[in-house]
Amino acid sequence: MSLRNAACIAGAFEHPTRLAPDMTTPQLHAECAAGALADAGLSLTDVDGYFCATDAPGFGPISMIDYLGLTVRHTDSTEMGGCTYIQHVAHAAQAIAMGKCSVALITLAGRPRSEAVQRFRPGAPESAFEQWVGLTNHTSYGMCAARHMHEFGTTSEQLAWIKVAASHHAQHNPHAMLPKVVTVEEVVNSPMIADPLHRLDCCVTTDGGGALVVVSPEIAKTLNRPVISLLGAGEATKGPSGGLGLDLTVSAAAQSGPRAFAEAGVTPADIKYASIYDSFTITVLMQLEDLGFCAKGEGGKFVADGNLISGTGKLPFNTDGGGLCNNHPMFRGGITKVIEAVRQLRGEAAPAVQVPNCDLAVATGIGGSLGARHGAATIILERQS
Amino acid sequence: MSARKRPAPQPNPETQAFWDGLGEGVLRIKTCGNCHEGHYYPRHICPHCGSADTRWLDTAGTGEIYSLSVMRRGEGAPFAVAYVTLDEGPSVLTNLVADDLDALAIGQRVRLAPQPGDADDIGDGPALPVFAAIGD
Ligand SMILES: [Zn+2]
Repeated sequence: MSLRNAACIAGAFEHPTRLAPDMTTPQLHAECAAGALADAGLSLTDVDGYFCATDAPGFGPISMIDYLGLTVRHTDSTEMGGCTYIQHVAHAAQAIAMGKCSVALITLAGRPRSEAVQRFRPGAPESAFEQWVGLTNHTSYGMCAARHMHEFGTTSEQLAWIKVAASHHAQHNPHAMLPKVVTVEEVVNSPMIADPLHRLDCCVTTDGGGALVVVSPEIAKTLNRPVISLLGAGEATKGPSGGLGLDLTVSAAAQSGPRAFAEAGVTPADIKYASIYDSFTITVLMQLEDLGFCAKGEGGKFVADGNLISGTGKLPFNTDGGGLCNNHPMFRGGITKVIEAVRQLRGEAAPAVQVPNCDLAVATGIGGSLGARHGAATIILERQS
Repeated sequence: MSARKRPAPQPNPETQAFWDGLGEGVLRIKTCGNCHEGHYYPRHICPHCGSADTRWLDTAGTGEIYSLSVMRRGEGAPFAVAYVTLDEGPSVLTNLVADDLDALAIGQRVRLAPQPGDADDIGDGPALPVFAAIGD
């Protein structure tokens, strides 16, 4: 049994807000749900499965199900940090394939610019050994970048090309938080945050959210939308594993990616568009290597000279501007990765960045702390002709 | 620049001997009587093989920098976050102290320099397993 063609993404919605001082987080969830369902041509009463992560307000998925007014027969609040929503697409397909639901709604929302957000989870067994160290995301991903530079000669200028490419795309997105095109020089001359990562190597922080509607193939055919099928999915986790064989240059995507490609029966060379989780520039570079778009250590050369820019480069990525320039709602960029992949496959991306004949896309992400313990999720999506 | 408020570690039955060791200037890891591998942070059950036959080992407290990143912004900056690979094998997530943080580099030899909890920390706790460049 496989997930190949087991389910379709029928609805996708990215909330246009990037700053929401006068809204509530449940309200944002509800607006995203309404947007994705309208996009699919479905309504709340059609939903029989609900997915959120543990950041959703209230008790697991139960509070939001009641708040939204849903009646469901399947729930899932799997947590994998920012890439959760990529994983939720796969888990929704599993549930649909098993007959546990037929219309799954996935929502994310948060307001980290407008309210204090609890990010530290008390009681983790590593807490006493790591919390006092000050391992923020900046230093965690910074250590990965430093080691990658040490082993492979990767440069700050090469990492900067990832931000430059994202900014070229963001200029065409009217909702992007940072719509201005930047240069390699501007990135490497921006203030150092955590060596070797500069301010412009980091993603934006935004209020906002998004939602997805995953349906059975039978229901997808009845909707007046292009049919976007899931071809394959993979997930994995990776940690310091007791400190033996530490390798900060390889992410869990080295396992989730090949699993997804194997299930889909396609290779990286077949991919027309890639949504790559971009919490930092180094996050993108490592995933490109780990998914097999280039060899380990060759990521710096691969991303240089605009190779990720739509219309110019060989692998158009994050054509909405990504987390680096557009949106990273609630510190969680997974859902916007899926949403832009769906736009590309439907031909609904901004015209200046739309990939011609885009029929095969990947969305991949990292959740948690790349330099410590993290998860990865990868999905391959195809537009049915 | 205000000092960084460090949450004091809370020892528990699985880790008390580790924190006691630091008070004596020793960094202890766990090793396994079944697979003979060491691990850090310490657990009751070996994460490599699942054996409960784990025991404490006093390390030499020396190793080399696997990777590091100096935090340049925010409370207590600058400070260095690093993985140090101990001569006994396991890598340890830690802070590096040095007169010149910019002189620290991957591959450099370092030694344990236990740091007492101080008045700026959140709560009372044991000494912390911080490392310093050898020669500093
Ligand atoms: Zn063992």
